[in-house]
Amino acid sequence: MDNQEKKKLLRMMLLIRRFEEKLVALSKDPQKIGGMMIVCTGQEAAAAGSGAALLPEDVIITNHRSHGHLLAKGAEPDLIMAEIFGRRTGYNKGKSGTLHIAAPEVNALCTTTVVGGGIPIAMGTAFAAQYQQKDYVTVCYFGNGSSDEGSFHEALNMAALWNLPVIFLCENNVYAGAQRMEEHTKVQNIADRAIAYGMRGEIVDGNDALAVYEAVQRAREECLSGAGPVLIECKTYRWGGHGTADEQLYQPQDEIASWKEKCPINKLKADLLQTGALTELDYQQMETEIEQIVDQAVQFAETSPWPDPAEALEDVYV
Amino acid sequence: MQQITLGEAVNQALREEMRRDERVFIAGEGVGVSIHSGPGATSGLLEEFGPRRVKDTPVSEAGIAGLAVGASVMGLLPVVEVMFNPFFTIAADQIVNHAAKLRYLSGGKSKFPLVVRIKTGAGIGAGCQHSHNLEAWLAHSPGLKVVMPATPADAKGLLKSAIRDENPVIFIEDIILHWVPGPVPEEDYTIPIGVADIKKPGTDVTVVTWSKALGTAFKAAGQLEQEGISVEIVDLRSLVPLDEATILESVRKTGRLVILHEATRTGGFGGEIAALAAEKAFDALKAPVIRVTAPDIPVPCSKPLEDFYMPNEADLIEAIKRLF
Ligand SMILES: Cc1ncc(C[n+]2csc(CCOP(=O)(O)OP(=O)(O)O)c2C)c(N)n1
Repeated sequence: MDNQEKKKLLRMMLLIRRFEEKLVALSKDPQKIGGMMIVCTGQEAAAAGSGAALLPEDVIITNHRSHGHLLAKGAEPDLIMAEIFGRRTGYNKGKSGTLHIAAPEVNALCTTTVVGGGIPIAMGTAFAAQYQQKDYVTVCYFGNGSSDEGSFHEALNMAALWNLPVIFLCENNVYAGAQRMEEHTKVQNIADRAIAYGMRGEIVDGNDALAVYEAVQRAREECLSGAGPVLIECKTYRWGGHGTADEQLYQPQDEIASWKEKCPINKLKADLLQTGALTELDYQQMETEIEQIVDQAVQFAETSPWPDPAEALEDVYV
Repeated sequence: MQQITLGEAVNQALREEMRRDERVFIAGEGVGVSIHSGPGATSGLLEEFGPRRVKDTPVSEAGIAGLAVGASVMGLLPVVEVMFNPFFTIAADQIVNHAAKLRYLSGGKSKFPLVVRIKTGAGIGAGCQHSHNLEAWLAHSPGLKVVMPATPADAKGLLKSAIRDENPVIFIEDIILHWVPGPVPEEDYTIPIGVADIKKPGTDVTVVTWSKALGTAFKAAGQLEQEGISVEIVDLRSLVPLDEATILESVRKTGRLVILHEATRTGGFGGEIAALAAEKAFDALKAPVIRVTAPDIPVPCSKPLEDFYMPNEADLIEAIKRLF
C-alpha cells in the first residue's frame, strides 16, 4: 500500500468512528432515531482494512454490526443514514432500518441480524462466482459468537468441499452479547476451527488495519486462484456494550481501558505521522471533512420524506 | 395485589417453580448474565440458583432446543429461551420434528416435559428479523401446546402450568407486554392451559383475540360501547389446545364474530377460529366472520410503515361496524 492508500484507510476508519458516534448521540433522542444502535467502535480496522482489499465486484454479506462494513464497501453515508432514520430515501426505503441494510449498488447484498444467518448465503454467492467463472470473491463478516451456530459449520464445510472463493472474516471482539469467548466456546481461536473443514485459518491483529488489509488481499488472491476458502480471525474488542441499551456491567473496566490503548485509528495515525506520510494538519483536515460528511448525511436524512404508510405493501414480491 | 409487568410475572413463575422443584432448570442466551441490566424475565435467577440451574448458552438455538428435548426425556424439566420468534426457525427441527413427535414415535412410552419461552411481537422498531409472530406455525405441529398470554397474571399462572405440564409447551411472550404492568396474585396459582378467558362480557359481537392485540380489542370495545355496540372479548390464552366451547358459546350468544390478531393474515390462526365458527355455529351467525390482521408483509422497520403493519382499534371498529 502506498501512502495515499494508507491515508485513505485511516480516513475510512475515522469516517466509521464519527458516523457511529453520531448514531449513538442521535439515538438518545427517540424523535431522531428509534431503537438500539449496534456499533463497531474499536473494531474499525477490520471493516476498513478488509474493505480496502476489495474491488467493486466483490460481494459482502454482513451481520448486525454492519455500518463499518457497508461504509468500507463504498455505501453512501447519506443513504445509510436515511435508512436508519426510516426515510423513503434510505437504501431500503425504510424497510430495513439499522439492522438489515442491503446496498446491492455496491454489492453489499445482505445485512442479516439473524446470528450466523449470513454465512451460508456467502457460501452461495461464492458458489455463483465459481459456477459462472467470474472473478469476484465474497467476504462474509460475523462475530465470534456466530461460529457457535450450526449454519457456520454447514457453510464452512460446503465452501471448503467445493473450494469456493469466499473469505470468512470473523471479528472476534471477545464478547457475544454478555457472554465472553471462554463462556461460549472451548476453542481459543475461531481460526482454529478452519482445520476441521480442511481450509486455511489465519489470525490477524484486528486493530491493525494494514495487517487486515494484507491478510484479506492474500486470501482474495488465493480464492481467485481456486485455493479458497479462507477463514480469517481478526482479534479485536468491543469498546461499547452490545448495543446502546447495554450498560456493560459484565465488562471489566480495566479490560476496556487496555483495549482503548490499542485504538486502531490512533495506531495507524501514529505510524503515518512517524513515517512522515501524514501531518497533524492533514489529520485535522480529515476530521473536518468527515464532520461535514456526517453532518450532511444527518441533514439529508432529516429533511427526507417519510414513506407513505401504504408503501409497506410494496417490495414483498418481484 | 402486586402490580408487576409480564416480564416480572414470568420471572416470579420461574423463580417459584425452581424453588418448588429441583428438576426445573433454565437455559438460553443471556438468561444468566445479560446485556440488559433492568428487571427482566430471568434476572436474579443466576444469583439465586447458580450456574448449574441457570445455563447461559452459546448462540446456538438448535442446541438449546435439543438440550431441552434430551434433558426432558431423562426426567428434568427444562425451560429454555429462544430470544425472538424469528430465531425459533433455527430451533425448529428439534422442536417440530423431535419434541412434538418423539412421544408419538415411542408409541406413548416416552414423554418430553419441556417449555420453550419465545419473545415475539412488532412495535419495537427492530424490523422483520426480530418481529414475526409465528404462532400459527407452532399450532400446526401436533404434539406441541401453544400458549400466548396477554396479561401478567395470566402469564404467571400459565407458565406454572406449562412447567408442570408433561408435554412440550411453547410459551410465547409479547416483547412490549413484557414492560406493561398489571395486578398479579402473590400466592402460588396455576391457570389451566386450554381455557380461554372472557376478558369483557358483551352481547352484540364476539372478538376473539390473544396476546398484545387484547389491548387493541379493549380500546375498540370502549369506543363502540359509546355508540351502543356491546363487545364480548374472548382472550384465547392458549391456541393449542383450543377452548372451542368458550368461543362457540360466545358466538352463539352474540351471533357475530371478528377475530383480531397481530400476525399476518394468510395461514394465520384466525382462519382456524373462522373455520370453527363456520363448522359448528353456522346457524347462529347473523353476519360474515371477519378477520382483522396484519397485511401479508414482513414487519417493516420505519415507524409509519410499522404502524401501518399493526392492526389497530380503528381497523377493528371499522370491521365490527360492517357487521350491523
Ligand atoms: C439467531 C440469533 N440468535 C440470537 C440473536 C441475538 N443476538 C444478537 S447479536 C448476538 C451476539 C452475537 O455475537 P457475535 O456473533 O460474537 O457478534 P458481536 O455482537 O460480538 O459483534 C446475539 C446473541 C440473534 N440476533 N440471532
